[in-house]
Amino acid sequence: MRNVFLFIRRYFTFICFLALQVAALYLLFTYNRFHRAKGLGFANELTGRINSRYKTVDDFFHLKAENQRLHHLNDSLLNLLPSNFEKIDTATRFVRDSIPYDTLGRYRQYLWRDARVVYNTVTAEKNYIQLNKGANQGIRDNMSVINSDGSAVGVVVNVSPNFSQVMSLLHVQSKRSVVLKKSGNMGTIEWDGKDPLFLTMRNIPKSDPVQKGDTVLTSVNSNFPPGFMVGTIADIVADKSTNFYVLKLKTAANFFNLQQVHIIENLFYDEKTMLRDDTKKKIDDPKNYNR
Amino acid sequence: MSDVIRNIVRFALFILVQVYLLNQLHLHQYIIPYIYYLFILWLPFSIPRINLLIIGFVTGLTLDAFSMQIGVHAAACTLLAYVRPFVINILTPKDSSEFNYREPSPRAMGWTPYLVYALILTILHHFYMTFLQWLQFGNFLDFIIKVVSTTGISMLLIITVELLFPRRMKFRTNTA
Repeated sequence: MRNVFLFIRRYFTFICFLALQVAALYLLFTYNRFHRAKGLGFANELTGRINSRYKTVDDFFHLKAENQRLHHLNDSLLNLLPSNFEKIDTATRFVRDSIPYDTLGRYRQYLWRDARVVYNTVTAEKNYIQLNKGANQGIRDNMSVINSDGSAVGVVVNVSPNFSQVMSLLHVQSKRSVVLKKSGNMGTIEWDGKDPLFLTMRNIPKSDPVQKGDTVLTSVNSNFPPGFMVGTIADIVADKSTNFYVLKLKTAANFFNLQQVHIIENLFYDEKTMLRDDTKKKIDDPKNYNR
Repeated sequence: MSDVIRNIVRFALFILVQVYLLNQLHLHQYIIPYIYYLFILWLPFSIPRINLLIIGFVTGLTLDAFSMQIGVHAAACTLLAYVRPFVINILTPKDSSEFNYREPSPRAMGWTPYLVYALILTILHHFYMTFLQWLQFGNFLDFIIKVVSTTGISMLLIITVELLFPRRMKFRTNTA
């Protein structure tokens, strides 16, 4: 008996080593066989907490890429909205052109492209936004720009091969047609060049029941797709000399941190402008009108 | 800083670096950089062998918990901890009770003995660990390539760490 104890004392380290080794191998060959069945639950709980802490930090660094992915997805989804399509009466149509249309005979009117803001100011009187897409990507003048949260931002005024310049709503020469959501009355918005948080809205008659907080949307008269948010009414001033209100509008888009935007092409823009100019010519100068 | 606190901090650092930095790198399927076992290599000379074994086992088990493969690293680290005193005995002068420094480092042992010490334990660790993984899945050629490449990159890492973070240790005098 004494010899046994002596033996154990002499080889105590080795016995310990063997015991731990057996324990490790037992864990290895039993737990892995019943794949993550029972024992790993506890380990998972422990490491999961540490991992999620780490992930919150790690996620922060991938926010940009994630944001871009999300924006791409939004873009593809927005392209599927039914409001992008115009129904055309096929019975009376003679010319078929190459504008893409879906099988229901609805013609696409608005085409959405996503873009990234590369430069933006709010402090000048004439603020322009630069986007990372240009003529090579199919961007042309007069396309409208909407923020990633669906609020109106501006209109493309100039394009280079790979970049485009957008006249922000915060531009003293900008004048866009908008509509009051509640009454459906059209008005125009402009900017007085002072506070980048507020726009001025005109041409709403005093008979309209306007209240603070009312929503203002883009209208069909502008190049914007209709029904997107422009802002909310922040202040109402009755212009004494005319029959209209002067409304102060809080912009829906946050112009201070524009990042991802959509550029919307109105595929009927050329046709519409041509028709309008043609009409003008026809009425104003019927003698020289030959077409 | 006392030895215990210093080593606890090291333990956490090595595990975190291994789990969140090195395990995230996707260099190649054969080349997996390992550094966490340097924690065991850096433990003081004077540590009792039983404690060393238990610390090795716990270190391995902690990493296992993160890598969702319970047992592999634990077994390898236990072996590492068991063999470590023998290797130190071979590579240092006979009267090992009279170490001038507290823990193994290039300064304490000299560069060549230290690198041999690290290399032997590294090969041992990777060989055993890869062997256990190979038992479950893989072919023999993969196994050999993996041991060699992983040992290479780990040695490279160890040398880099030793050069980048030279541990300033006080020369141990009789009064201390």
